[in-house]
Amino acid sequence: MLEIKCPYCGKRSQNEFSYGGDATIKRPQLGEEISTEDWDNFVYYRDNPRGKHSELWHHVSGCRQWFKVSRDTATHEIFDTCKMNEDFNV
Amino acid sequence: MFNSFRTTNSTGLINKDKKINFTFNGTIYHGYEGDTLASALIANGVHLVGRSFKYHRPRGFLGVGVEEPNAMVQLHDGNKSEPNIIATEVELVEGLKAKSQNCWPSVQFDIGEINNVLNRFFPAGFYYKTFMWPKSFWMKIYEPFIRKAAGMGKAPLLPDPDRYEHNYEHCDVLVVGSGPSGLASALAAAKNGARVILAEDKPNFGGSLLTDEVTIGNMSGKEWASDTISQLKSMPNVILKKRSQVFGYYDHNMTVMIERVSDHIENPSKYTPRQRLHYIRAGEVIVSTGSIERPISFGNNDRPGIVLASAAKEYMKVYETLVGKKPIIFTNNDTAYSTALEFIKNDIEPIIVDTRDSSNGELVKEVQQKGISIKFNSGIADTKGHLKINSAIIGKLDSSKESFISEETVECDCICMSGGWTPTVHLSSQAGNKLKFNEDIDAFVPDKKRQKETAIGAANGSFTLNQSLAEGFQVGFDLSNKFTDQNNPTNSPNSNEPSYEKHEKLWCMPLPSGKKPKRFIDFQNDVAVSDVELAIREGFRSIEHVKRYTTLGMAGDQGKTSNLNGLQYVSKIEKKIVPEVGHTTFRPPYTPVTIGAIVGREVGNHYLPTRKSPIHTWHEENNAVFVAAGLWQRPRYYPRGSEDMNSAVNREAANVRKNVGICDVTTLGKIDIKGPDAPEFLNRVYTNAWLKLPVGKARYGVMLREDGMVFDDGTTSRLSENHFHMTTTTAQAANVLSHLEYYLQVVWPDLDVNVLSTTEQWSGIAVAGPKSRDLLSKLFPDVDMSNEGLPFMGLVDSSIDGIKARIYRISFSGELAYEVNVESNYGLYIWKKIMEEGQSFDIQPYGTEALSTLRIEMGHVAGAELDGRTIPFDVGLNSMVSQKKDFIGKRSLSKDAFTESDRQTIVGLVPLDKKTKIPEGSHIIEDNSAVAPIPKLGHVSSSCWSVEYNNPFSIAIIKDGKNKIGKNLYAVSPLKDISIPVEVVSSHYVDPEGSRVRS
Repeated sequence: MLEIKCPYCGKRSQNEFSYGGDATIKRPQLGEEISTEDWDNFVYYRDNPRGKHSELWHHVSGCRQWFKVSRDTATHEIFDTCKMNEDFNV
Repeated sequence: MFNSFRTTNSTGLINKDKKINFTFNGTIYHGYEGDTLASALIANGVHLVGRSFKYHRPRGFLGVGVEEPNAMVQLHDGNKSEPNIIATEVELVEGLKAKSQNCWPSVQFDIGEINNVLNRFFPAGFYYKTFMWPKSFWMKIYEPFIRKAAGMGKAPLLPDPDRYEHNYEHCDVLVVGSGPSGLASALAAAKNGARVILAEDKPNFGGSLLTDEVTIGNMSGKEWASDTISQLKSMPNVILKKRSQVFGYYDHNMTVMIERVSDHIENPSKYTPRQRLHYIRAGEVIVSTGSIERPISFGNNDRPGIVLASAAKEYMKVYETLVGKKPIIFTNNDTAYSTALEFIKNDIEPIIVDTRDSSNGELVKEVQQKGISIKFNSGIADTKGHLKINSAIIGKLDSSKESFISEETVECDCICMSGGWTPTVHLSSQAGNKLKFNEDIDAFVPDKKRQKETAIGAANGSFTLNQSLAEGFQVGFDLSNKFTDQNNPTNSPNSNEPSYEKHEKLWCMPLPSGKKPKRFIDFQNDVAVSDVELAIREGFRSIEHVKRYTTLGMAGDQGKTSNLNGLQYVSKIEKKIVPEVGHTTFRPPYTPVTIGAIVGREVGNHYLPTRKSPIHTWHEENNAVFVAAGLWQRPRYYPRGSEDMNSAVNREAANVRKNVGICDVTTLGKIDIKGPDAPEFLNRVYTNAWLKLPVGKARYGVMLREDGMVFDDGTTSRLSENHFHMTTTTAQAANVLSHLEYYLQVVWPDLDVNVLSTTEQWSGIAVAGPKSRDLLSKLFPDVDMSNEGLPFMGLVDSSIDGIKARIYRISFSGELAYEVNVESNYGLYIWKKIMEEGQSFDIQPYGTEALSTLRIEMGHVAGAELDGRTIPFDVGLNSMVSQKKDFIGKRSLSKDAFTESDRQTIVGLVPLDKKTKIPEGSHIIEDNSAVAPIPKLGHVSSSCWSVEYNNPFSIAIIKDGKNKIGKNLYAVSPLKDISIPVEVVSSHYVDPEGSRVRS
């Protein structure tokens, strides 16, 4: 079970969180003209890297904040976590 | 004969003043306090404990602790029965009952032993080869047969009556194993101020110090261990746990430890758990798990009475028990000589067989000085004795050590063998440590760590006491320094132990001349040298494949005694060095863990939390039958007298259509939404328009996922300019909240909106039916309940008896209806009040079944239709989709597949006979006589008995639904083997104009 540092609450066990996918995905603007291909890339297509991955987690059984985690998908090492409006330090 | 194999000294850890009676295979024996089941049986001369897995060969004890592969027994009976328990790990307790496994009718005479005679028909991969054809035989004949033959003990069929608990611990340093290095590191870390947990599997701390003749400082090893433990006990920053096995090492230094709390206590107090599972998140883990002695493969090396030399020594020194009185010591190294010396101390002269040409080790010399001659350059070729060993064939090895020059038969009653030592690297390996092969000790040791884990002492391949202690003190200090700033190192005391000469790289004896007895490598899985040879001959090269083909190192044992001997033999045949062969993966649990401990207290009703409405007690008192809706318990229906479910549901639903019904809707999700951007936010979340919703009005809304599928629906009302009250379905309440938070925090952080779940703050009571207006007018005389005063989708605040209530005029049943919301604590009071006042209007409560009936008749969609595969068009909600604005998921709706006109859409179905209820999940097909594969048009999502028309009615989602209305199709359920002719009708079966809700 991973130990994740919520930027608001501190270190907590994984079972307090839920996973929210790739943090680098940007939702297209509302009302934006967008090709089906670009829309499908946003809705369906995700990279599945081995190694460093920037992802979203939600502290559902805690402060209910979404935040960013930089994690190694192979070793589960967590390099850094930060709030949504911040950038990773490492 | 009882206890005739006890030593005469009393230097061990058993208490001969306290007798303990136990039963094994129906015979009553006694042992002493401090005995294990194994030591007590051996003391009574019982070596035959079980039959082997595949060949049903008689088997006895090999080891003295967790390494034991053979002596698995069934403990207790009835609901406390537990299979596959390692007898060496069971502490003797008064009245203990144990029996042998994998044998019938008895362990002495076992019919299954025929497998041993037929062993040439059971080679490695036997099952893979034999049961391939005919294919149809697998399910009915082969599989049940193999299932019956497989496994060892019998799982109990009754619920486990014992109590198991879970505990979460945090510490700076977790030390696993309390041998010399473990004690040293725990002491150093604790003295430096770190929070330390020291875990020991056995009932006594000390590890090898309990059996080795060494001195530390001015004390014996055993005294030093007990002195160190007393020091640790007195420190507030230390938790000592014996009878506690750390069996798993998971990510981010999460380890799991099982503590045997009361297995060894005769009458534990009522609420004492039997076992406790500890989840320990440790800053640093010190793996001081020691090492396990390796067996040697030789002909019939599995007979009862053949044990590891270290086990024989521990039985003597700790349990005051002799494994035999005519022992042979068989070794390739010096350490087994300490076992020989222990026998000599008990006035027994062992025969010593050593594969090496010579040794000048201190212990060897000491044995020689006692006048014992040693058979160097020799090995054991074969053994005899059916249920217990009675003799061994000792051979003189030739110079290549590949064959015997001469053989002699020697009587004996036990063989104590030693093939050297294997560091216990399981936990390090589980932690992701890449092991390396150490040529000096011919074993894998931890190397490149992935987690905060450090192996020390024998587990790290450091086999001398000096090295172990030095590593322990150093590592304990270094690691604790990460957590404290005391910088207080503890010096390693001087120690003294005999010097050892090097072992010989020989773990498999040649076959005796003219014979081919089985030479076992893996005792638990019955894997012999010949099986490994066969696997390689058949082309299995990867060690992982050899493992799976032969089952070497698998199952509960995880190769504790067999792994390296297997690898060594593969490397020998393949002419590769061991590191090239590699090693298989060590998996948790290190030792078997009972399922009850893993489940803990989460059994029965505690499996999940239960959510109850504040009105729950009323439902119970009024004969409600409950149904689980997620975690909620909801009334399903309220049977009267001898009513069955169908008649109760029909009565309740009909009463809503005719009079008035009351339903507890507290479970609906409720979300409070506030902020200047709240209307804009709702406008983005829902498919319809929200900006112009007037204050004091509710609106039905549908929300989509980005992929265009309907996510949830509900009514949301505007309480003031910037304040909304959203309702969600019961099932999706939590997901909708997360969804809203995601968009507010991640996608549109510029929106000034706050959301908060208020599901548990409000109690919701639906009052539905033509008489609901009259009833509510009586309850709330201040409120104008007329169509003008409180129109459909209107809301008003009022009160009853000083209790604030909010009344929404909304309807799920399709009737004139209201929903009264009050603060949760008043839910029960208001419910009773409405029931009381409603008597004169013939009010009846209705449950979820009648609720479903009412909504299905009206064609209102619910979870069965909003199943994550339907877009608004499919479920008749296209009018809810705004063409003027953008919203979550809108772009998906214009994709090609989503705009096809013949998509599966919602319709109603009525059986032609107006009698047969259509099972939910039925397939809809056009031609009943068609030959498979028959094109499927869709499926039945919801079914009910229409109380309006008194015939069955269903909602289905079928291809090009709108154009199928009026047609006759078939609803088929292959599971129930029925085919029902149906007519397709509109899904709005009752009151399609929706006039009742507005009346």
